[in-house]
Amino acid sequence: MGASGSVQDARGKALGVVEYEIITIHFLCFRDLFFGIRCPGLKNRATIMPALKRKIRILVAKPGLDGHDRGARIIARAFRDAGFEVIYTGLHQSPEQIVMAAIQEDVDLIGLSSLAAAHLHLFRRVMDLLREQGADDILVIGGGIIPDRDIPKLKAVGVKEIFLPGTPLDTIIDWVREHVKPR
Amino acid sequence: MSALFKKEEVLHIKADKKDWEEFYREKMAAAPQRKEAFSTVSGKPIQALYTPDDIQNFDYGTSLGFPGRFPYTRGVQASMYRGRLWTMRMFAGLGTAEETNARFHHLVKYGQTGLSTAFDMPTLMGYDTDSDRARGECGKCGVAIDTLKDMEILFDGLPIDRLTTSMTINPPAPVLWAMYIAMAEKRGVPREKLGGTIQNDMLKEFIAQKTFMCPPEPSLRLIVDTIEFGSKAVPRWNTVSISGYHIREAGSTAVQELAFTLANGIAYVEAAVKRGLDVDAFAPRLSFFFNSHIDFFEEIAKFRAARRMWAHIMRHRFKAKKERSWWLRFHTQTAGCSLTAQQPFNNVVRTAVEALAAVLGGTQSLHTNAFDEVLAIPTEEAATIALRTQQILAEETGIVNAIDPLGGSYYIETLTEEMEQAAWEYIEKIDDMGGMLKAIEKNYPQMEIADAAYRFQQDFDAKKKIMVGVNKYTIEEDIPVDIYHADDALEERQIARTNRVKNDRDQKRVQACLNRLAQACVDGENVMPYLIDAASAYATLQEMCDVFRNVFGVYTDPGTF
Repeated sequence: MGASGSVQDARGKALGVVEYEIITIHFLCFRDLFFGIRCPGLKNRATIMPALKRKIRILVAKPGLDGHDRGARIIARAFRDAGFEVIYTGLHQSPEQIVMAAIQEDVDLIGLSSLAAAHLHLFRRVMDLLREQGADDILVIGGGIIPDRDIPKLKAVGVKEIFLPGTPLDTIIDWVREHVKPR
Repeated sequence: MSALFKKEEVLHIKADKKDWEEFYREKMAAAPQRKEAFSTVSGKPIQALYTPDDIQNFDYGTSLGFPGRFPYTRGVQASMYRGRLWTMRMFAGLGTAEETNARFHHLVKYGQTGLSTAFDMPTLMGYDTDSDRARGECGKCGVAIDTLKDMEILFDGLPIDRLTTSMTINPPAPVLWAMYIAMAEKRGVPREKLGGTIQNDMLKEFIAQKTFMCPPEPSLRLIVDTIEFGSKAVPRWNTVSISGYHIREAGSTAVQELAFTLANGIAYVEAAVKRGLDVDAFAPRLSFFFNSHIDFFEEIAKFRAARRMWAHIMRHRFKAKKERSWWLRFHTQTAGCSLTAQQPFNNVVRTAVEALAAVLGGTQSLHTNAFDEVLAIPTEEAATIALRTQQILAEETGIVNAIDPLGGSYYIETLTEEMEQAAWEYIEKIDDMGGMLKAIEKNYPQMEIADAAYRFQQDFDAKKKIMVGVNKYTIEEDIPVDIYHADDALEERQIARTNRVKNDRDQKRVQACLNRLAQACVDGENVMPYLIDAASAYATLQEMCDVFRNVFGVYTDPGTF
């Protein structure tokens, strides 16, 4: 029940063969989404909204084993309410899975959330993989419990901005509008 | 009947109150209220004044009674803190077993009266430190435990026959418990003498804390295995700590925390009874764990309502006969999510107020957050201040002198009553869905919490809810505290130790133990004896958890928001 073995089995495999499964919730009232039901028909947005101008597409991602998803889910909702297209990975994603999802979903921005102190390792790995895949035109921002002294280290590897606890949602949304142009 | 007020007196008071409300409005016309409406941190509206009119149907005997007597609103023990203070149990875990052992010794030396273990993320998820999935996470937010060897080091020199030990562990709870039992027996402490708690509350993991391994149904089966084993072999152990803490941290209201926690409790009792266990054989060993948030009176009301509700649930719904089965005993942790990274020393004050609410609410044990806990694992100094906060409350303030000192307050009793009614409504709704397992499958509690969390965030952004130093009274500052940084080399040290253990152990014995464990999983036999054998043979955490994953499958987050 609810187990998509593909994601769990994927650890350690080369990036190209990583399978992933993402629920695209943008078109659904999330209340109607029953646990575990995947919505493959909604993956292909082109068939649903062909005529509209492309919106900013954002992947909100939870790397590593951290289970704190309050902030990630709130920001995902706030982005959606701000008119962006949002894809949320769900918890416990490897950097490989996140980068694969970002490429396949053709997003403009990745928002990484970490509250369990493994951000240096995990964010760096995401940045390395984006470069390896030639996808480093995708902007990356981060949020969560991130000590001040780590922020320059993350910016040095290309993370554009880090948003700390207490940041108003509008501040983050304004940042996205200013820095991200839909491709 | 033991109604507090005579009907005609209440009518008088009601009339007088009307008159006073006129008076209040007149005054307000000249100088209006600071805000249009007042509400708790959970968003519950609060009126200006509470009088006997609000609790006119209040019956002392049925609503309150006496401490140590049904329905335990005023406390589960007759003497409460006049007999024994609450257990001061500071949650600690960092780096490797050696570092956490040193922290335990420090806390005990400073007067802590119980142990509480925080594990790192790989341990919480059932992975060894050398797993690909564990990279970069070793020892970062708790202690890394891969094998019995680590468990031996973790409790080295600590009096586990006298001190009770709590372990905050969920999907791999049976495994860590097996390691603890194996460690104790190696030291000559028999399992009958061991006292402590494993959190082991998987339903709230799916709802809130989000450490998963297997899907909900087999997870529940493993929990019943521990309940059954505990009631027969480790009688002083609390086998499930039914936890609202994480539900609240995920953004729920106080009512949701209360209702979902009790609904989870109902699900565990139902599952254990379905296994054929006598409710009175295991119910006394179910314990609870609540959050103490910043809204002082709302929290006290929540604790009091919880006791009263659980007593009714156990006595009337499950027909338990032993009084101990009716008791809701609980641990409390002050609210991590109420703390601020900004001006972090202010957190000492928040924690003190929250601890005060927990004590006035009648908690059995308490963890007070360190002021730097919002930034990283607490430093020794910060953890000591947090422990001292409890000791000051216990030894200096006099709040422990009388039992349930707020009982009878018009406000507190109204809040308690309203909290209870709102929680019953949730529980009925969940019953109608077919119980908590079904409700979780429908994503119901998860989305109720997400809605509440989003509402709070919007109120916070609109400054309807204030956090001092974050959206009011802000300053430009460099965070003025030294925080704990996990040593990068500890991952390699931990992996090296586990490799040594693997090299030194009897490989054939380990494999045989794991095979028997797998067979027990398939056959529906209780897994605990097999886990203790495997742990004693130095099977690793992940080796045992992989057996569960292989047999029961893996649960993944539905990723809704």
